[in-house]
Amino acid sequence: MSAPKLAVFKLASCDGCQLTLLNCEDELLALAGAVEISHFLEASSAVLPGPYDLTLVEGSVTTAEDAERVRAIRAASRHLVTIGACATAGGIQALRNLADVDEYRRTVYAHPEYISALATSTPVSDHVDVDFELRGCPVDRRQFLEVITAFLAGRKPDVPNHSVCFECKRRGTVCVTVAHGTPCLGPVTHAGCGALCPAYRRGCFGCFGPSGSVNLPALIPLLRRDGLDEDAVERFLHTFNTAAFDKELRS
Amino acid sequence: MTAIAPSAVIDTDGLDALVTVLLARGRTVVGPTVRDGAIVLAELSSASQLPYGWGVELDAGRYRLVPREDGAAFAHSAGPQSWKSWLHPARERLWSADRTPEGEVSFTAAEPEAPSYAFLGVRPCDLRAIAIQDGVLTGGRYEDTGYGARRRGALLIAAECTEPGATCFCVSTGGGPAADPGYDLALTEIVDDDGHRFLVRIGSEEGARLLDDVPHRRADMVTEATARGAVDAARDRMGRALPAVDLRALLGASPEADRWDDLASRCLTCGNCTLVCPTCFCTTTEEVTDLTGDHTERWQRWDSCFDLDFSFLHEGPVRSSGRSRYRQWLTHKLSTWHDQFGSSGCVGCGRCIAWCPVGIDITEEVAALRAEQETETER
Repeated sequence: MSAPKLAVFKLASCDGCQLTLLNCEDELLALAGAVEISHFLEASSAVLPGPYDLTLVEGSVTTAEDAERVRAIRAASRHLVTIGACATAGGIQALRNLADVDEYRRTVYAHPEYISALATSTPVSDHVDVDFELRGCPVDRRQFLEVITAFLAGRKPDVPNHSVCFECKRRGTVCVTVAHGTPCLGPVTHAGCGALCPAYRRGCFGCFGPSGSVNLPALIPLLRRDGLDEDAVERFLHTFNTAAFDKELRS
Repeated sequence: MTAIAPSAVIDTDGLDALVTVLLARGRTVVGPTVRDGAIVLAELSSASQLPYGWGVELDAGRYRLVPREDGAAFAHSAGPQSWKSWLHPARERLWSADRTPEGEVSFTAAEPEAPSYAFLGVRPCDLRAIAIQDGVLTGGRYEDTGYGARRRGALLIAAECTEPGATCFCVSTGGGPAADPGYDLALTEIVDDDGHRFLVRIGSEEGARLLDDVPHRRADMVTEATARGAVDAARDRMGRALPAVDLRALLGASPEADRWDDLASRCLTCGNCTLVCPTCFCTTTEEVTDLTGDHTERWQRWDSCFDLDFSFLHEGPVRSSGRSRYRQWLTHKLSTWHDQFGSSGCVGCGRCIAWCPVGIDITEEVAALRAEQETETER
């Protein structure tokens, strides 16, 4: 049996999630032994045609071309996994969903007529069926390897969708909200990073997006109590997973 | 209780010596220390790391470290962790399996990590919590072998409570600020004009042998009376109380209460209450494979009834609403725990109140459930 073919594609994104894969230095050789890396432009210009057994897609859909392209990627992929806040929630560029893209275009570009973009930045799952969504900005290296390993073994990835609080408590981090009065999105944010920021005495800023069980109306009064005014709360929730938290806000 | 040997008194030098002796005997000493704006539990290499001169100011959803003029080491409560972090750790490998190129699979049980622990400064509520977890994890037919190994090897040095916090309510759970049997040594800290000292009661042969190697003097009547007085006074200074009713019956009769909806509107379902609770014991197990697919491991890790996956059965969680998850936690803790393990699951340590980000107070919630039941009965 030949090795499963792995492909990595990129839509609108910063490449950080693909870099996370390249940063798995200790595991890269094992990975290269377990799969045939068939399309991964960030790593190699050698490209093999599909179909692919496991395709990882980074980035959101922001152009008509990418909306087409992601359908072709889906058609060429047995399993399609989206990686990172852009691919799973539209990313920071989904701020445009709440604004006037034409105005942005006129303000930013000297020749706005050269720019062809959709009015919204949307997750891949808005366009095609997705087998698994891996959150994070960027994705967590350990979880990334777990997802690839799980798909190779044909099992469910061990990626819990509970809150970041679980991770703080498991690693013995003192709660920054309760003990320091620091605004923190941990109670509503999807675990996965290992509760990195609170371990450095910073509040979670939600880069893994909403957890599986979110109660924003209960959290917002705490953010206000801990020093964020209404605008600051808005900004806090409108970063890397702006569209996903906005949906929670309005639900 | 019959003391194994008469009580003794040690001073802070004696406490230093106690830690030194424990370390010299190969014990991993765990006790309270100041870190990240809280009194956490951590491995200690010297008694000087104890939180001398630090206390805490507690409220629902609020914990602040505050200096204490008396320099006391054990005048604090409701820390962010409990001893379960050591006895029943957040992650533990249970076994691994390997497959040879010929396809033969072999299984290897993990050796439990069981250092020889000495827990220094176990508060009476936490002694009771350890006893509850003992029953849950080692009392039935299937012992948690890792827990059992760590627990049997652990030496417990209690610190009786003379400074209950604003979130404490152990007395209303049937406990109190005095240490129940089960400890090896029990300290009662006294700071007054006669100096900073600790009354030491001996609870086991091992405790007695330990004290032999530590400079101490026989307890005098004044120190004993002062210590008793301080613990007795603590009994009357609990910040909170559960209603003095049959909680098992109250919770058992309240599954349809409206209060659960009110609670669910405030609850973040973040799981913090269960993770800080010293008796919550639930775990999940996960299999992980490596990239070759020839090596797999089973890990046990803390879980919580607030996790949607906790009740996930064929395509969905059974308890999807916040209402049903909070109700499950509190009803189990105060009511069905009796059916399962023969006691309440709550020792009144107050951690779930202090460490709930939104400050949900179980004493207040139970009082509201009771009020609702009374209103229903009147109708």
